[in-house]
Amino acid sequence: MAGFESSVNSARVGNAGRVGAAVPSSMFTYYFRLGLRSLRRNMVLTGLMIAAIAVGIGACMTALTVFRAMSGDPIPQKSAQLFAPQLDNWGPDQHNSGSPDRLEPQLSYTDVLGLMKAHAAKRQTGMYATRQALRPANPAQKPSKVFVRAAFTDFFPMFDAPFKYGGPWSASDDEARAAVVVITHDMNDKLFGGANSVGKSIRLDNEPYTVSGVLDDWRLLPRFYDLAIRPFGDGDAIFMPFTRAIDKHMGNVGSTDCKSDAEPGWDGRLRSDCVWLQFWVELSTEADARRYRAFLNNYAAEQQNLGRFHWPPHTQLRDVRQWLHYRHVVPSEVRILILVSFGFLLVCLMNAMGLMLAKIMGRAGDIGVRRALGASRRAIFAQCLIETGVVGLAGGLFGLLLTALGLWAARSLLTKEFVALAHLDWTDTGIAVLLAVGATVLAGLYPTWRAAHVQPAWQLKAQ
Amino acid sequence: MRRNKFGAFLIATQMAVTLAFLANALTLVEQRIAWSDRPSGMEERDIFVMHTEMVEHFSDLAARQATDIEALRALPGVADAFTTNMYPLEGGGWIETVNLTPDQKSPTAFGAHYMGDEHALHTMGLKLIAGRNFSADEVANRTDSDEPQASGFIVTKTLAAKLFPNGDALGKPIFVENVKPVPIIGIVDRLQGPMTIATGLYSTFAENSVLTPDRLISEHNVYMVRALPGQRDAVMKSAEAKLLAIDDNRILNSISMEQVRADAYRGAHGLIVLLSAICTALLVVTAFGIIGLTSYWVAQRRQQIGIRRALGATRQAIVRYFQTENFMIAAAGAAAGIAFAIALNLWMVRSFEMVRMDNTRAIGGAIVILLLGQFAVLWPALRAASIPPALATRGG
Repeated sequence: MAGFESSVNSARVGNAGRVGAAVPSSMFTYYFRLGLRSLRRNMVLTGLMIAAIAVGIGACMTALTVFRAMSGDPIPQKSAQLFAPQLDNWGPDQHNSGSPDRLEPQLSYTDVLGLMKAHAAKRQTGMYATRQALRPANPAQKPSKVFVRAAFTDFFPMFDAPFKYGGPWSASDDEARAAVVVITHDMNDKLFGGANSVGKSIRLDNEPYTVSGVLDDWRLLPRFYDLAIRPFGDGDAIFMPFTRAIDKHMGNVGSTDCKSDAEPGWDGRLRSDCVWLQFWVELSTEADARRYRAFLNNYAAEQQNLGRFHWPPHTQLRDVRQWLHYRHVVPSEVRILILVSFGFLLVCLMNAMGLMLAKIMGRAGDIGVRRALGASRRAIFAQCLIETGVVGLAGGLFGLLLTALGLWAARSLLTKEFVALAHLDWTDTGIAVLLAVGATVLAGLYPTWRAAHVQPAWQLKAQ
Repeated sequence: MRRNKFGAFLIATQMAVTLAFLANALTLVEQRIAWSDRPSGMEERDIFVMHTEMVEHFSDLAARQATDIEALRALPGVADAFTTNMYPLEGGGWIETVNLTPDQKSPTAFGAHYMGDEHALHTMGLKLIAGRNFSADEVANRTDSDEPQASGFIVTKTLAAKLFPNGDALGKPIFVENVKPVPIIGIVDRLQGPMTIATGLYSTFAENSVLTPDRLISEHNVYMVRALPGQRDAVMKSAEAKLLAIDDNRILNSISMEQVRADAYRGAHGLIVLLSAICTALLVVTAFGIIGLTSYWVAQRRQQIGIRRALGATRQAIVRYFQTENFMIAAAGAAAGIAFAIALNLWMVRSFEMVRMDNTRAIGGAIVILLLGQFAVLWPALRAASIPPALATRGG
């Protein structure tokens, strides 16, 4: 580590001598060049610093990117207008310790029907997921099972589902339990080779269904409206009227929780207190949300009056962000990884700070000469700051490379659910570089301050 | 050291933070390894699971299922087979409350609810430690919305102990999914539930299972097949061919229990690898930080060291000087680190469903940090010791 010697050679004195003459406008480039030169002089130390910052940033950004992908707002334009109502249809002491708020995340058929009928929101839909056999038109192809979402027509405008061809089925289709479907873009590619299939027929569960619309590319991540079914994985391929699915006894593939035993059969399930349906409403304004809260309480009170509930109303209304938080969409593993990564970054920065201190103080003599030749404290400070900035920038860029590597590792190590769409975008890249430069400069403040306070006389005497 | 207060403080803080994260990460890694190594109780190596889904609706589902199962049992290389509703490590399944009295406000226990016939114990390779197996005439067909008709349950040892701590569970009536009391007729050593999540409510009753004498009749059947030792993969292929020969109008998927286990703990293993990698990197970075700063101190003290050498200090004395200095810094860092590790753990337990740390982990971490410091300081210290005494007299 030859760089630790603090002797001053004539070349450097010459360099420093130019400081006083430097034109202020080109100061930055000059400092930048000085910074680069000084970094080159101490390759090992500089390398260690950059490596420390790079691994810190790499680990942090890997965890942060996964976290951002998983905790992002899936529908930012409407997340404050979509709400999941909850109500206690079991009674206060019937919930297990998994529901400390004495509410279940889903509703019973009876309540969904009641709330749909009341029509108290701008739009509303009850829904559930089922799996049905899809038979291709070509008999040589094997049948497959696909996820089918049973919902009401409001589903599509509520969640801003984009249509490529056609549109949602009508409200009268809902009432008529019509055999119509909306299919995804991918499903349309698979079944119809991407052509406009509106009006064509598909065979689902051995019955013909008419395509009323084809969705365009639509990604909701996480799929907040039903978190029980692979919220980050492939999801619903086909949508059909809820009323039709109920009519055809299409079983639920999500979770079903029952307080007591249902009567046997499909009708028993419908009459039971089992909660197995998701229910969402759209409320445009805060006032609407307030009114809906009151309506929910009234509904529960009414059920109490009817003798169905033997307890006072207990309801809740959460919007999308609150819902994602409430349902712990981001697994605790990912949060622990975030925490550990930031701890790691902290250590890396402290490390870089120590090394920077060593480096800058190792050049105390150099700085002393420059000060003696007329460089102001501010000039020294600026020069060192830019130097640390260069280190931070280099660390950030290498960190980005490591982040890409880390994400690749995370994708192959963790389940698909964990890293569904964790990829680096421009925002992440910006965050990484800013974080690296910002944190490094911050960490470099103390060493820089120390450098600016080098006593020129004392240093020169020591030489 | 006083002259390098800030540098020493940086190293000590670094060591403290490293120690805190190391101890906590180690705790988590240990817990997840232990969690994913738990035996399911089955002879997993020889077992595979077949999912068969009907494409059309039939009214004779029970007969079709019976045909399948009989064909599987008759297949060469098959030890046994049965129809189940779920299997261990599946990730989700039937969970019931288990009670000692009807209409209980809070359940006595939670348990996984497996269905199977008289072949279930043999197929899964469960060890019956008390009572008896189901008899063929006890087993009934049921759909998932039928009223249960069971006349006897088989439970796991863990569940039996939870329900009847005095150890007299056999023959006692319990309530599972209905208001009718049903006696425990057998106790098996171990059978894990289908849930694999390591935290939360479901992780608290992983070994509680009830086996009821039911054959689940459905359009989506799950068959569990046990092959003769060493023949699993071949049998899996012939079993698929056999079922398709019976009726190819179905969607058939088979998976070995080995694969089920790998899939179930992919996340846990990923976390273990990532945390271990970060911890290793932490240690390396900290070590390099120590090397860097100590090297700087060595450079700074060249003259001082030269004088000491000239005055008769041995090379060993110089090495010891830096080692002692590092030890003092590391000791301060370790002490702070132990406190920080415990505080961090307590906070994480509260907000992240983290496991409680065994405090010896923090002490173990402290020893690692002290050793790391000594190891890292060795190289710069040796360089310092090699400074010739003459250098000091010549001046910087």
